[in-house]
Amino acid sequence: MANSTTDKANAVSSPSKTEAVPATMMSVVAPALGWLIPGAGHLIQKRYWRGLLLLLSVSVMFLLGLAMQGRVYKPNGGDILDVLGFIGDVGGGGWYILTRAMDWGQGAISHATADYGTKYLIVAGLLNFIAVADAYHIAIGKKP
Amino acid sequence: MTIQLTHFSAAVLFAVFASVVFGITQRNTAREMLRYGLYCFAMFVGGVIVAGWAMWLVRR
Repeated sequence: MANSTTDKANAVSSPSKTEAVPATMMSVVAPALGWLIPGAGHLIQKRYWRGLLLLLSVSVMFLLGLAMQGRVYKPNGGDILDVLGFIGDVGGGGWYILTRAMDWGQGAISHATADYGTKYLIVAGLLNFIAVADAYHIAIGKKP
Repeated sequence: MTIQLTHFSAAVLFAVFASVVFGITQRNTAREMLRYGLYCFAMFVGGVIVAGWAMWLVRR
């Protein structure tokens, strides 16, 4: 009881936990652009090498997933694993939109190595989510 | 275009891409990024090799 009271007192007195981060144009644009085009959130903030490496890593991983005949998840309210797969795929941003628009990828896994492709697609999207969060942290000055 | 990778080559490529992103996003300086990226890569590939030997032992 005493510990929880002390924790609350510390949380209130600590300025780092109570300070609101000012919303700037860059803190909105960089993550949004970074989601749409992997690495672009870093590129527009002049982190060129980081942006190029992120663009290359996420894009090549996503395209390899497609080339391995990986399954592309569509929005649905059915199986929880399908929903999670869809969330992962959506992280690919522009690549996912292009994939759906061009009807690339497989609806179902047709052979053993296609399962690797499915995982590549999901993880590429999840890695892009991490890159988006990093672009946001750079935009608000939390990271150099 | 269709690509069929072996399990090991798929795991190594996975490790390369994930390590690059982890290194860039989880550290602040270029030197730290490189070191952490290499550490992640070693852990990924090392984990694959250890898991492979563990499965070989289980199978025997």
